[in-house]
Amino acid sequence: MTPAARRLVFLVGAAGLAVFYLFGLSGLPGFGRYPGPYGFIVNRVTVAQTNATGVVSAVNFEYRGFDTVGEEFILFAAAAGMAVVLRHLRGEHEGAPLEEAADRDLPPTSDAVRMVALLFTGPIVLIGWWLASHAQASPSGGFQGGVVIATGFVLLYLSGEFQVFRRLTPADVTAAVEAVGAGGFVGTGLAAVAMSLPYLTNFLPLGTVPGAVSSSGTIALVSFFVGLEVTAAFILVIGELLRQTLLLRGGKS
Amino acid sequence: MQIFPFIVVVWIVGIGLYGIVTSRHLVHQIMCLIVVQSSTYVLLLAVGYLTGGAAPYFSDIPTRTRAVDPVVQALALTDVVVEAAVTALLLSFAIQAHKRFGTLDPQELASLRG
Amino acid sequence: MNQLFALAVTVPLAAAAAICALRPFFDRRRWLLDLAAIVTAGSVVVMLALIMARVAGGDQVYWFAGFRPARGVAIGIDFEAGSLSAGLATLGAVLVTASMTFSRRYFERVATYYHALMLIFLAGMTGFCLTGDIFDLFVWFELMGVAAYALTAYRPEERGPLQGALNFAITNSIGAYLSLSGIALVYGGSGALNMAQIGAWTTRHPGSRLVVVAFLLILAGLLVKAAIVPFHFWLADAHAVAPTPVCVLFSGVMVELGLYGIARVYWSMFAGALGHQYGLSRLLLVLGAVTAVVGALYCFRERHIKRLLAFSTISHSGILLAAIGRFAPLGLTGAAVYIIGHALVKAALFLCTGIVLHRLGTVDEVRLHGQGRRLRATGLVYAVAALGLADLPPLTTFLAEGWSDEAGPGWAVAIFLACVIVTGAAVLRVGLGVFYGVGDPPGEDPQQAREAAEETGETVTGRHHTPLSMIIPAAVLAGAAIAIGCLGFAGLGAAVEAAAVRFQDQGAYIATVLHGARIAHPVAPFPAAEASASGASVATGVAVAAGSVAVALLTLYRRRLRLPGLYRRRPRRLARPWPRAAMILEGFQSGVINDYVAWLVLGLACLGGLIALIVH
Repeated sequence: MTPAARRLVFLVGAAGLAVFYLFGLSGLPGFGRYPGPYGFIVNRVTVAQTNATGVVSAVNFEYRGFDTVGEEFILFAAAAGMAVVLRHLRGEHEGAPLEEAADRDLPPTSDAVRMVALLFTGPIVLIGWWLASHAQASPSGGFQGGVVIATGFVLLYLSGEFQVFRRLTPADVTAAVEAVGAGGFVGTGLAAVAMSLPYLTNFLPLGTVPGAVSSSGTIALVSFFVGLEVTAAFILVIGELLRQTLLLRGGKS
Repeated sequence: MQIFPFIVVVWIVGIGLYGIVTSRHLVHQIMCLIVVQSSTYVLLLAVGYLTGGAAPYFSDIPTRTRAVDPVVQALALTDVVVEAAVTALLLSFAIQAHKRFGTLDPQELASLRG
Repeated sequence: MNQLFALAVTVPLAAAAAICALRPFFDRRRWLLDLAAIVTAGSVVVMLALIMARVAGGDQVYWFAGFRPARGVAIGIDFEAGSLSAGLATLGAVLVTASMTFSRRYFERVATYYHALMLIFLAGMTGFCLTGDIFDLFVWFELMGVAAYALTAYRPEERGPLQGALNFAITNSIGAYLSLSGIALVYGGSGALNMAQIGAWTTRHPGSRLVVVAFLLILAGLLVKAAIVPFHFWLADAHAVAPTPVCVLFSGVMVELGLYGIARVYWSMFAGALGHQYGLSRLLLVLGAVTAVVGALYCFRERHIKRLLAFSTISHSGILLAAIGRFAPLGLTGAAVYIIGHALVKAALFLCTGIVLHRLGTVDEVRLHGQGRRLRATGLVYAVAALGLADLPPLTTFLAEGWSDEAGPGWAVAIFLACVIVTGAAVLRVGLGVFYGVGDPPGEDPQQAREAAEETGETVTGRHHTPLSMIIPAAVLAGAAIAIGCLGFAGLGAAVEAAAVRFQDQGAYIATVLHGARIAHPVAPFPAAEASASGASVATGVAVAAGSVAVALLTLYRRRLRLPGLYRRRPRRLARPWPRAAMILEGFQSGVINDYVAWLVLGLACLGGLIALIVH
């Protein structure tokens, strides 16, 4: 189809779809008037049932934990898919940093950027760790903390220390850690099955103080595994993309 | 103000799809796909909102406080993280396309016809 | 034991994680990796078969993490399996096992991730079939999708995989996000994510705006997955470039899962609200008919064997949609049995194509003409499977043809039978030409020949014999189709129909899930008719198969016969319309993702308008 014809087809369709969609949205109770029982019930019973004060994390890892297993494996499959697609093809090899032409080198990183990036790496990893371990208390959890920790590692690349980044996160180890994270989550559920409980039942002691780090049983454990997996997956993903850059440019970094 | 967030939802879907249909660059198309998914986050969070409701974290407020719906927040938050990884997968397809054939234009890449 | 529900999904996931965690160990021991994957897939088959035996007497519900519903409100996630759901999941697991066995010798070198992704795909399929929670359905849908995108792009050495995988990924992702929008919409109204609870809510608000729009939006993703026109463009592109064992899963189960999803979503969530509108049934019938015709047309023109099989899947998908859209138990029964038969023969056909690619190095029908003579076993299995696709008794498909066509309008039955004849003829034409050298090779099409020639990177070619692990799965699948077809004379129809009635009783479904009731006599909204293998269905099957063979032979001998009457009387005027029609057809399947998305949006808008008109 010519681009003009395509645009026409799309605009006609989009207009109809928009009208239809708005028609349906107008049947909702209205913004700010959530009606339904699910949210209210979960809000009411979570603290008593699980000793976790972070209800969103409790929903993610307890009430709808099985969904999260699936979502985690989507992440896992995406990272695995990337590894398959970006693997070395026959005849392709990594350009050593100084082998390529000098005019294609990366410009050296400015000192200001280096300093700020290196300065922030440590605190960011710590903050990410803190986030990942407090799922049951505050708006945090494995997903959020994992992404933040992965960003800390990426700061190493930004500061110009790509080789350090690669040495700290070898692809094999990262992939293995990711698999352990994913397997750990599934395994926690299977442990419940081994105890003749339904899959992913909270079988660890719930602790006494709601919202403490040691409370809420498997929620904290699952959050830890998720954090591991998300961290490793994002480091893997970003590392693969950066490695492609290295292959293409062969610049020193 | 009652319907405004929902108009935003429809608008975001519309411009995202428009971007995909009129794009000549694969990376741009993948980013437009992210835009389309963003509309679902806005929709999820909008349907779960309760006027005057607190955040569903009860560490410092009494347990009986009226809070917004936590379920949609949970759904949206896992979706955000997962979408980033799926986007990375799609971008890797685009990288390979560029490496093999030097082009990121979907029309030129259309080697399968009929 | 009930825990099997959870194990059927989590065992392949755990195995995939374990395989990846121990990757350095498995990289050097390919045989162990294959064995682990095949054993895992086989164990899932066993688990699902046990579940199927268990639910024969009534649907079973399994609540995760022990959160049982109270007062009609569910706060946890459930799996709810009936015979149809468990049966479809078992079929998927069987196909995965066959694929993994086939892959053992098909891929000389394969990354560990291939096995992990296949197992993850298996888990996604199983979860999709068994779940009773709409967001959980979406999660498994996405998981299947992502694993499928990665598997499609498995061989990125050539241009093909990238285009096919990208088209697949973007189209299906848009469908998935629209489905998620529908889910959010229905959640905003009902405050529930459990299908039974939503069904109860929608029944209390029949014909509301929200319900109608949410229905279409949720259907969007499923229609894209089921490759219904105009959402079908991605299927051929993806099939052409995905490795053959993966194509087995796509055509055999994945497309059918989209159709199952439509049926499941309709019957558990929207049946009470939308009513079993005659208009809605007609709409699905017309949609199915259009899909069937489009698929058949493209199928017949195609020379690239995998794309040809993909288009035949689209055609049969249309027939299945029309059968499901009949809203009567007999229609659903026909659809279910057809899915089984079609999956088995289609998988066998793809496996044989893989053997051809492995031994002869190409999937171009023209270049392969007569080359397959020494592949005697493969030729035999292919011929049997092709006849099965053309409804020959006793392969299962003839049963379904009879049941799904009953009570349909005459014109629709004629269209569907014609489409089966055309697609069967195309597949038979390939079989007779390649394996037996019958007739002349069909006309040369340079564009298609080039594409088919690109298919060389998948496997090491020029082998001298077909490994047993490649021909045995194909033969077993074809044999299974024969065996199940024979069961049709022994009461298979009655059993499946009982399952269909149970599937369609929304009240019983809600009671079973939310209140733990045990319904002994479910009642479907339409009366159940007799489902047995009658003489008429056998006769129809034989006639259709004969018609396919006839058309195939006519095409192969076209030049020698010179079809004298037509050509000599009007020599010039006949030649012209065909190239123009061919150009128009080609124009639609352009391979450009922008086109596909534009048609998707237009198609959805039209469907939305029609559904809104029908329900109000």
